[in-house]
Amino acid sequence: MEEQPQDEKKSQSRRQSLETREAQDRRRTLSQTPSVTGPTDVSARGSRGSLGAPPSRGSPGLPLSQKSSGAPGSQGSLGAPGEEATEGKPMESVPQMGSQSLHHLVGFVPSDVSMPETYAPMGGSQFGPYQPMDMSSDTFQPEPLLSSSSYLEEDEGSHGPYTIDDPLFRGSYMEPSFGPLDYELPEPEPRELMIQNAKAYLLKTSVKCDLSLYEHLVNLLTKILNERPEDPLAILESMNRTVQQDWFHKKLDTLRDDPEMQPTYEMAEKQKILFLRGAGEGEQEMEEEMLVEQQPVQKCRFWGKILGLQRNYLVAEVEFREGEEEEEEEEAEELVEGAGEGMEGRGEEEGEEDEEKDVDEPPKPTWKPPPVIPREDSRTGANKYLYFVCNEPGRPWTKLPHVTPAQIVNARKIKKFFTGHLDTPIVSYPPFPGTEASYLRAQIARISAGTQISPLGFYQFGEEEGDEEEEGGAGRDSYEENPDFEGIPVAELVDSLANWVHHTQHILPQGRCTWVNPNQKSEEEEELGEEGEKADELEEVEQEIGPPLLTPLSEDAEILQLAPWTARLSCPLCPQYSVAMIRSNLWPGAYAYAIGRKFENIYIGWGHKYSQENFNPTLPPAVQTEYVIGPETMEMADPTVEEEQALKAAQEQALAAAEEEEEDEEDEEDEDADD
Amino acid sequence: MDSESLLLSLELASGSGQGLSPDRRASLLTSLLLVKRDYRYERVLFWGRILGLVADYYIAQGLGEDQLGERKSLYSLNCMEWSLLPPATEEMAAQTAVVKGRFMGDPSHEYEHIEMQRMTEGDRTYEDEVVIQIKEESRLVSVIDQIDKAVAIIPRGALFKTPFGPVHVNRTFEGLTLADSKKLSSYFHFVEPVELKNKSLLEKADLDPSLDFMDSLEHDIPKGSWSIQMERGNALVVLRSLLWPGLTFYHAPRTKNHGYIYVGTGEKNIDLPFML
Repeated sequence: MEEQPQDEKKSQSRRQSLETREAQDRRRTLSQTPSVTGPTDVSARGSRGSLGAPPSRGSPGLPLSQKSSGAPGSQGSLGAPGEEATEGKPMESVPQMGSQSLHHLVGFVPSDVSMPETYAPMGGSQFGPYQPMDMSSDTFQPEPLLSSSSYLEEDEGSHGPYTIDDPLFRGSYMEPSFGPLDYELPEPEPRELMIQNAKAYLLKTSVKCDLSLYEHLVNLLTKILNERPEDPLAILESMNRTVQQDWFHKKLDTLRDDPEMQPTYEMAEKQKILFLRGAGEGEQEMEEEMLVEQQPVQKCRFWGKILGLQRNYLVAEVEFREGEEEEEEEEAEELVEGAGEGMEGRGEEEGEEDEEKDVDEPPKPTWKPPPVIPREDSRTGANKYLYFVCNEPGRPWTKLPHVTPAQIVNARKIKKFFTGHLDTPIVSYPPFPGTEASYLRAQIARISAGTQISPLGFYQFGEEEGDEEEEGGAGRDSYEENPDFEGIPVAELVDSLANWVHHTQHILPQGRCTWVNPNQKSEEEEELGEEGEKADELEEVEQEIGPPLLTPLSEDAEILQLAPWTARLSCPLCPQYSVAMIRSNLWPGAYAYAIGRKFENIYIGWGHKYSQENFNPTLPPAVQTEYVIGPETMEMADPTVEEEQALKAAQEQALAAAEEEEEDEEDEEDEDADD
Repeated sequence: MDSESLLLSLELASGSGQGLSPDRRASLLTSLLLVKRDYRYERVLFWGRILGLVADYYIAQGLGEDQLGERKSLYSLNCMEWSLLPPATEEMAAQTAVVKGRFMGDPSHEYEHIEMQRMTEGDRTYEDEVVIQIKEESRLVSVIDQIDKAVAIIPRGALFKTPFGPVHVNRTFEGLTLADSKKLSSYFHFVEPVELKNKSLLEKADLDPSLDFMDSLEHDIPKGSWSIQMERGNALVVLRSLLWPGLTFYHAPRTKNHGYIYVGTGEKNIDLPFML
């Protein structure tokens, strides 16, 4: 466009002056008659369109004005050779213009209808953010044109400020076949009709929705012009899609709440209460304070977080005040005993009945369930602390029941993910006695026993109380804080594992921390019940011993040549500020850290032990014999006919032989008597 | 996760309990920037951290123009100096499959694996024990590769494919809707598709070729190997892989924030079927 032939300029300027006058005439007529009139309007619109829509970056006016003047210029050049049909040239110049607008083509009106050259001098600054109002006084109003079509009445809002600029400027969206091929007719009337047809086609609503291509393009271009992204051509497709989706999924009314975000807001409301109570406290502590207030708690500590499939568990370790909890325990025990007695009573009755109908009953199996190992009392061993869990901060805390040895033993044999709901049944082999709540408690107990550590010297044993023998060789099970603890330097804590000790009791294979002989209990049962044979069949059980309390970590067993703990400095760059951190390799997720006189343990993980080998589920036991094998339960084949006959013959023979003997004896006796 | 939004991403992914101390974060911010400049990557992702016994590996990945193209992995022991890792090959994968256990933390550490091999000498064939040395570096490379192929995920719509081939970041991605973010089908594996061509034509008819060009998580085996959770009410969706425990993917619905990070021991959870 810029390289117009210089000689054309003179003719162009002459033409332009002519055109100016005609443009003014046109303006007058058009402002009075808002309806669609002639090609002049079209051309004006077209040219305005060419002026109006700027390229994506600044300096819009000038090149466009040059273009538009180029149009008349080229038209002028066309005009100069002669007033021949202008189809040829415009078509040639189409490729020159590249992606110039369709309307630019359409704007190629014959030279008698001049281009509104009055728009050309407008500077680029006017085409920054759209300022239609400034131009409105000078320009035609396409609005009436557009609003005259019924399709667009609801579109006023989406057009927004672009009253002047025709969004159909970007001809690249248009079907390329439209312009050049149809542009055959030189007369304005048919061309005007063509424009109308084109527009009507564009306004046709799509089959799938109420949107027409015209409206969609309007929206798309509006969005692009509003947002002014970099390199819009590259993201064209994405924007296209986004606009389509926006149309279909309208944003919700601002007056109504977004239903999807409700849970978030509720959550936030609940958590806000936590924060209001004190300034500068962490969420967890606030949570625990709430817990503390609801329950008679003496000591409370955040134990950690166990991840689950659907929800996670936040665990708090709590120690109740003396005497508070005992009542609940007693009730529970009474219930258990009552149930036990009831069972025993029924057992006795059945036994009596059995004696009567002994012949008809099938033989009873000899398997007796192994004796139940009693659980540890509260505040001792594995049940030293009480644990509360909640799913998310803000939700109520749930108390977990005490753990029984059977649960711990079983928990060692299975490996299951937690789902996040406490009442999920655990489907496994060997069958776990309890729901997820008990499994969770058992895992917490195992993790605590394995990974609660403190720096050496922080805790010390209480005063010497009696001999160790009284406690059955299980070691001391109580400790207290050492008031003289000075703190171990961080470097030493990291270097040597001997500086850390366990302060929770190790859980024995039996499932308890202190060993209990299961045989003793069964003797009591014998007194109540009838069956006395059991004592003979019980096996000897060995006493189990575990490492005593406060053993250093250096004594921990290795896992297949793998060190059980890894110690690190939290900040190797500045060791004077760093914290000694130690993490467990046996229970991934268990951490302990210490600095100066403070230390803490925490667990965040899935709640499973680490093992290098794959998990092998326990195999089911061998099939047991159903009953005692004895002659009365032994199956024997019935004798066949031959055997019976043979037996009969043998019996007769024996009988005959016996009679002969008797006769002989009688004869002998008679002979003796005769003598 | 993108190194551009490192701090925010670390916050969002911290629900799994793994984080970085402040000094590491600070060093990562600077060093990843330098890596981007030196190697001329388009994007640098902080991939995660593999915990070793003696030291931890910090892994970063650099991407070129094509998001699905070749990825270069770098590792560092102190978050400042990064070394390029060799690309993963099939032989490496086969070789390191026999190594079990934790990573040591020393890249030059060699695992010894004893294998019975048949040797022929003349007419006799006998079996001999051969000790094969496997370097920890190769193990690291193949583990990163396996994790990427198995569990690196990206939400639907975050990338789009151009007809010319390369895959670009979708700058108009506004995030998944809340309903979509709870479904497994809205997440794709961030790797060349494997299952896609096996889909029936009927299924493919509903797909959009510019957005749905990767495998979705729906048909992962074993079923249920992903845990989807919403945190903070509905403001954050977190996916955790159960097959490679330690991989956490987070996404804030209706925003552009998304990313994944792996912090773990680098071992696959083969017991998964027992645990579900």
